[in-house]
Amino acid sequence: MAQGSAIIVIGRRLLQAAPVIVLATFIVFGLLKLLPGDVAVTLAGDNATDERIEEIRRIYGLDRPFLVQYGAWLWKAAHGDLSQSILSGEQVLTSIARCFPHTLLIVAMALTLALIVGIPLGAAAAARPNGLVDRAAMMLASIGIAVPNFWLAMILVSLFALRWNIFPATGATAFSVSPADAINHAILPALALAAGGMAEVARQTRGSLLDVMSSQFVRTLRAKGLKTSTILWRHGLKNVAVNLLTVTGLLFNRLLAATVVVEAVFAIPGMGGLIVHAAIQRDFTVVQGVVFAMVVVVILVNLLTDVLCATVDPRIGR
Amino acid sequence: MSISFAMAGGRQEATRDVTFSVSPGERIGVVGESGCGKTITGLSLLRLLPEDVAHISGRLDFMGVDLATCGQEELRGIRGRRIGMIFQEPMSALDPVFTVGEQIAEGLRAHGNMSRAEARDRALEALRSVGIAAPEKRYHAYPHQLSGGMRQRVMIAGAMVCNPQLLIADEPTTALDVTVQAQILELLRDLSDRGNMALLFITHDLGVVAETCTRMLTMYAGEIVEDADVDAALEHPLHPYTSGLLRALPRLSARRSALPSIPGRVPVLGQMPAGCRFRQRCPFAVDGCERPQALLDAGNGRRVRCWRFGDLALPGVAA
Ligand SMILES: Nc1ncnc2c1ncn2[C@@H]1O[C@H](COP(=O)(O)OP(=O)(O)OP(=O)(O)O)[C@@H](O)[C@H]1O
Ligand code: SF4
Ligand SMILES: [Mg+2]
Repeated sequence: MAQGSAIIVIGRRLLQAAPVIVLATFIVFGLLKLLPGDVAVTLAGDNATDERIEEIRRIYGLDRPFLVQYGAWLWKAAHGDLSQSILSGEQVLTSIARCFPHTLLIVAMALTLALIVGIPLGAAAAARPNGLVDRAAMMLASIGIAVPNFWLAMILVSLFALRWNIFPATGATAFSVSPADAINHAILPALALAAGGMAEVARQTRGSLLDVMSSQFVRTLRAKGLKTSTILWRHGLKNVAVNLLTVTGLLFNRLLAATVVVEAVFAIPGMGGLIVHAAIQRDFTVVQGVVFAMVVVVILVNLLTDVLCATVDPRIGR
Repeated sequence: MSISFAMAGGRQEATRDVTFSVSPGERIGVVGESGCGKTITGLSLLRLLPEDVAHISGRLDFMGVDLATCGQEELRGIRGRRIGMIFQEPMSALDPVFTVGEQIAEGLRAHGNMSRAEARDRALEALRSVGIAAPEKRYHAYPHQLSGGMRQRVMIAGAMVCNPQLLIADEPTTALDVTVQAQILELLRDLSDRGNMALLFITHDLGVVAETCTRMLTMYAGEIVEDADVDAALEHPLHPYTSGLLRALPRLSARRSALPSIPGRVPVLGQMPAGCRFRQRCPFAVDGCERPQALLDAGNGRRVRCWRFGDLALPGVAA
């Protein structure tokens, strides 16, 4: 019974996701159309006549009414066809498949960093509220949240890449080609991306842990003679796990958005680069495709988070 | 022993000179109106009050160890193993994300090396001893999957699993149905008899005390005002406050009623009169009651905090 209801829940969530996808891509499409200039101008070259530009518009269907263009795109997308890039002719799905792994690697590494630094830091801070560790950690967290990604990225490049030559300054290697090299390239971008996340995770861990530690059952555990450390690490962390899972899911999505800037600094050919270039050149099928893919990823991550929450927390969904 | 709290306006004494002793197998009921200091007295015995604001002065002698001053490790060894404690709300008193079996077993494992399997067996045994049917199944249940009475049984199993010499129960049945309440009371009485375990039973409910306990401590405004065997206290109370409580009680069997009301209000913390704290509400107050009242020996192991106890023939519970 539990199995069946879980599938129903997931199915319903996916159905609810459809309008979100439509809305997001529609807004982006509209914004692109509102901007001056279009891809036909780029395609036609510098010295093209107005007639030539018009002709190109006709060829690509850019002269059709706005809603018709969007409808055509959506119809194809619904059938799994994200169209081709107007500029390069490459299938958008192919471009995404090439770029997304770079982005995913950075985001995944940043997320891992944020968790393995943030959770122990937050827990240590909560162990002695207002103690030395707590104040130091929370000050670090404030800095971590305040520092902009791109600025940190540039600092990291100038120190670790240019001055000390420990990590490469720019570029990326596909994970499938050389995992070690790929990770080596991704370390600095991930660090730059993770700083805010570590701070966020540390704060959330501390806050929820303090909440849990002031609940009634902690008094029972103390009355049973459990060590304070056992109460904190065993009971405290399991109780905040649900909270942390939710935070992790949100953080993943935020990092996904923030990676655009970091990819630019490190010249990484990821999703950020893809969408930025496409947007500048009004290559709307690519922009639409990337937005579509991102929204799908975000929805899947949210779904995964919910499913994991339900497994960790016995009170949910059983 | 006295307890004070650091408050915005300085230190405030919440209980004063709460002195009593508990012998093995004895079941002491602690009664008194809300806020008189019953809970904090119970918590102080295991030093479970928030250490940053609460201050305990005096001694808490437990078989030669002063619980008020002993080291953290020694204290931890006593908590759960030699003194157990259960609370009013078994739902919030249990960790919601661990199975009840795990929670009982981990109390065992906190005291000495014990294999998981052995702890599990003893936890199952404990579940069985508090009258839980199909303990193997219940072991894997989460607190929210159990009924209120079942949860309180689990709490008791967790507190009893190390066979403590003293069990502190802070209103363990207040949140339960009447029938379940009766079962839990019987269980507690039974466990105390079987293991010669002392019980400190904190309650609003005089009927519960009459049924369950051997001795009764009456507290008023942070002080013990009477200490007597239950029968004696019920039939011939020596303190006007105890008598007032008893007379306001309709019938002993009507157990649901909260503490009956006595006209007047309890003096607030920080504005305690120097003399008898019950004087504003006492029908027998005379000149002289404004003098500080000590807990006087009334013979036969009875104590009472009223200098007029010899002159007053107070009515007890309506027979
Ligand atoms: N952490 C605290 N800080 C300050 N004052 C406190 C604290 N805990 C309890 N007190 C005060 O101590 C007094 C005694 O409280 P206690 O909870 O022991 O009463 P009680 O007799 O158990 O009442 P009830 O029957 O309602 O449970 C109250 O006046 C309360 O306000
Ligand atoms: S000392 Fe006086 S006021 Fe207090 S209880 Fe006794 S008779 Fe009443
Ligand atoms: Mg209380």
